[in-house]
Order: sequence, then structure tokens, then C-alpha cells
Amino acid sequence: MIRAVGGRVLRFVLTLFATSVLVFAFMRILPGDPAEVVLGTGATEEALERTRAEFGLDRPLAEQYWDWVSGIPVGDFGVSFITGEDISPVVLDRLAVSLILVVSAMALALLVAVPLGTWAAVRHRRADGIAISAATQFGIAVPNFLAGMLLVAVFALGLGWLPANSWMPPAYDPVQFVLHLILPVVALAAVQAAVMTRYVRTAMLDVMGEDWMRTARAKGLSTFQALRRHGLRNAALPVLTVSGIQLTTLVIGAVVIEQVFVIPGIGSELLTAVAGRDLLTVQSVVMLLALITLTVNFTVDLLYLVLDPRTAVQR
Amino acid sequence: MSGTNAAAAGGPAGPDRPPARGVGLLRMLPVTGKIGLVVVAGIVVVALVSLVWTPYDPLQAVPEDRLSGSTLQHPLGTDRYGRDVLSILMAGAQITLLVGCVAVAIAAVVGTPLGILAGMRRGWAEELITRGADMMLAFPALLLAIMAGAVMGASTWSAMIAIGLAAGPGFARVARAGTLRVMSSDFILAARGASQPETRIARRHVLPNIFDLVVIQASVTFALAILAEAALSFLGLGTPPPEPSWGRMLQGGQDYLAVAPHLTVWPGLAIALAVLGFNLLGDGLRDVLDPKTRGRR
Repeated sequence: MIRAVGGRVLRFVLTLFATSVLVFAFMRILPGDPAEVVLGTGATEEALERTRAEFGLDRPLAEQYWDWVSGIPVGDFGVSFITGEDISPVVLDRLAVSLILVVSAMALALLVAVPLGTWAAVRHRRADGIAISAATQFGIAVPNFLAGMLLVAVFALGLGWLPANSWMPPAYDPVQFVLHLILPVVALAAVQAAVMTRYVRTAMLDVMGEDWMRTARAKGLSTFQALRRHGLRNAALPVLTVSGIQLTTLVIGAVVIEQVFVIPGIGSELLTAVAGRDLLTVQSVVMLLALITLTVNFTVDLLYLVLDPRTAVQR
Repeated sequence: MSGTNAAAAGGPAGPDRPPARGVGLLRMLPVTGKIGLVVVAGIVVVALVSLVWTPYDPLQAVPEDRLSGSTLQHPLGTDRYGRDVLSILMAGAQITLLVGCVAVAIAAVVGTPLGILAGMRRGWAEELITRGADMMLAFPALLLAIMAGAVMGASTWSAMIAIGLAAGPGFARVARAGTLRVMSSDFILAARGASQPETRIARRHVLPNIFDLVVIQASVTFALAILAEAALSFLGLGTPPPEPSWGRMLQGGQDYLAVAPHLTVWPGLAIALAVLGFNLLGDGLRDVLDPKTRGRR
């Protein structure tokens, strides 16, 4: 068990290292001189040199990399080339907004997907089970930003029940905070729920084919009872893994949804930085988002060891 | 040695069920798969037709006709510049298919050989490739494209390359799993016994036998690429104007959601239909071709 945990920790650290090198390298390999981006194409060579020296861009790449990466654990992403301000405070504020969005959407998606997927699996030969499968097939074909726009068109512009966009800090007005959150969260969760329902259904179908499920049925349990007592726990394992991976989709989904609903989250920050060619901010935000998704997947990996001790012995 | 019949060895399905090819494959597709095929074929036809003919010039602005709803002249209405929505949609199918094809090609060409290598070599090569693939799968793929857009400026090509690279690990995974299954068969043993070089075994014996899996993966990846391109164009990081693109049509439609919802509905429907088509086709092909799911249901 200790060996298994140690191996996973080691792998996680290596992955983080590799990711940081890749993100750093990607931003530097691509054509484009940060100093020229700051000053514009008409800048003289001396001015460029001065700017490079100011931001430390004339130092060796390894040194620049170390400078950047060693700040990350203590939450220091450096100073933006464009705005000249510290990147961290802004980014972390924005991140909090996005996390509220992503976590609520994931919770809502699971809340819908688990019962719906189970239902679809139990009744997989009946009309209602097939109808659920068909609905999810349509659901995964709709981009979340389209879902968001349609929700706005109907519930905000059409019926006028909910605000169409913008964000309300919870400390400012809790009721308005929730009202503003509903449409973006539902838009994110709807598509996610369709994806997750399909995975839950598959996991449940696999579980239902197991011998011990037949035994449970033979003992006199109904299908639903057997699933509740024995099936759910076993089906939870693959669903947990998928939830971890799906989080990356949700993070990206949030970046797009924030544009639809004009929410000041990390995605808006990223796109503003992209538009302003604020390379260090882009690099830092991307690294931060990668850090979050990799950490969640690492946690899922560890949870797996607890939930399914068999995995500790394999490999 | 090269007489090994590649097609007949499509996995452990046994001799009682020769793998479907051509017309046989078509007939065996489940209904949903056939629907998917029809949708995909329809989009290809629309894209081809739009190369030579669209009702109007998709770039021609007629300011006096702007934001009109469905009329006899403009069955799907016009956009904010008075351009014909149907014409833009038809021309937009070209970009959608182009992005899908290029992204899938990049992903398949990068991912499949690596997957085969991982499956044949085992050891550190396998470890490195599978770990690398896992890492990339946990990395939000669209961020790659956004980064590329930040440094190089937005273009269809940066989007296609980023989407393709991001989809590569999926192919590597599928190819490795298939290779592992093939490697235990007798004809590989025979080929190795005849001391054929490894690259030849990979090309002549492994690749033909995992080709079905690659095709299934390609169809599903195509759907993902369409979604990714739509999202990128919506963010203004994909296809730059004035090139017609479904994702960017949605971006334009956002400002007119209240007065002209048709600018959102039609391109949205086109994207959803395309994704649905490729997903259904991929699922159908999996039902027929993948030995693992064969016989289920």
C-alpha cells in the first residue's frame, strides 16, 4: 500500500514537472518576441534590449524557467509584462469565481446523471431506457455555449425569469448571487450530465452482468434493491475516474461559458490576456488550470486505492 | 509469410464471423449508425455543393436586408450585414470538415504509431508513452489552442494543429490496447519466428488488425474536433473572419439573441447535427467492428 501511494506521488510530481516544462517551452518556442509584443513592431533595437533586460528575458532559458516555476508553490506568478502588476492576486480572485461555477456544475451534473444513468441501465431494453440513451446522444452533441445561449433566449429574454448575464458577489447580495448563477451552471451541467449519464449507464450495465448480481437477485432482491446494496458501490469506481477526467472538460467549458454570461472568472482573465498578448499571464493561468486538473486526477488516483484495494497490488 | 490473411484475423471473434467489409459492413450497421452515416454524407455533399454553388455569395453584404427572418428569398434569414444565412452555413461546412479531417489526421498519424510501439515494445517505451498519454488526457486540451492563439494569433491552422495534438493520446491508447491483443496471436509468433524485422511486423501484421479500432476512434474524434473548433471560433481564437465558420456565426448571433434568435438556432443546429452524425456513426462502427463489444447486447 505504501509502495503504491509512493509510486503515485512520484508519478504526480514528475507529471507536474513535465507539464510546467511543456507550458514554458510552448510559450517560448512559438514565434513571437515578448519584448516586441510589449513595445509594438516599430520599436528600436535598444528599446527592445532594455525591455528584455527589465523583464529578465535576456537571461538563460533555464534560469527564467526556474524563476517562474519556483514561485508557483508559494502563489507567486511574477509580474505581467503588459500591465506591470503582480499576476497572482488578480488570477486567484478570478479563480475563486470559476471554481464556484465548475464545482456547482459538477455537483448538479452528478445529481442528475447517477439516477438517470441507473434508470437507463435497468430499463435498457424498455422504451424509457432507450429514450434516456437517445436524449444523452443529443445532449453530448450540443456545445455548452450554445446551451447557454438558448437558455438565455428562453428564460432571460423570453420569460424574463432570470438575469441574462453578469455576476453578483455572494457577499454583496446572496439572493442575486444565486439567481445569477442558475443559468450558467445549468448550461454547464446539462451537457456534462448527458456525458456522465452515458458513463453511469455503461458502468451499471457492466455491473448488472456480474455473477454476484445474479446471486443477489436469486436471494430475492429486486433489481433496484440489488443495485442499491451491491451495484452502486462497484459502479462508482469507473464513474469516479471519469468524473476526474471530465473535470478538465468542465474547466474548459467554464472558460467558454464565462464569455456567454460575462462572468469575471479565470477564463475571462485568460482570454483578456490572450487578446492583450500578455504572455506571462497566459502561461501562468494555463499552468494553474493544468495544476488543478492534474491534482484532481491525482486525488482520484489515491481515492481509488482506498475504494478498490485490488489496484494497490496490480503493477 | 506475407500470405497471412490480415482481414480474416480481425481479433478473437473466431472464424464463424468474418469481419464485415464494404457493403456487408453497411448492412450490419445498426439503424442509429445508418442515420449517422446519412447525416455525415449529407454534410459532405453540402460542403461539396457549396464549393461550386450557394444560393447567394456568402460574403456579400446587403445592408437593406439585414437581420431578416425566414423569407422566400432567404429561407434561413440574413445576418447583421444582410448576408444569406443558408449560404454561410453551406460554406461553413467546408471549414468544419477541413478542421475535422486535418485534426484527425494529425492525431492518428502521431498517436497510432506510438500506440503500436508501446504495445509491441513494452518496458520503458510503453511506460513513457502511456504515462505521457495519461498526462495529456488530464491536461485541458483546448488550452493548447488558446496558448497557440496567444503567441501566434488566431488562425484555422493553429486551431487544427492544437486540436490534433490534443487528440493524439486517444489514438495512442486505442492502438496500444489493440496491439496488445494482436501480439498474443499465432501469426505474430510465426512472423517473429521467421525473424521478420519489427517495423515490418508492425506494418504488415499489427496495423491491418487494429485498423478497425483506429477508424472508430477517428469517427469519435471527428465529433470532438468539430466541437472544439466551434468553441475556439466562438471565443474568436479559431477561424478568423470573413471565412464562414459555424462557431463564429454563433459568436455573432449572441449580440442579436433577443431580436434575431435564428442567427443562433441555425448554426447551433448545424453543429449539433454534425457532432451527432459522427458520434452515431462511430458508435455504430464500434458495434460492428470492435471485437470487445461484439456480441454484447
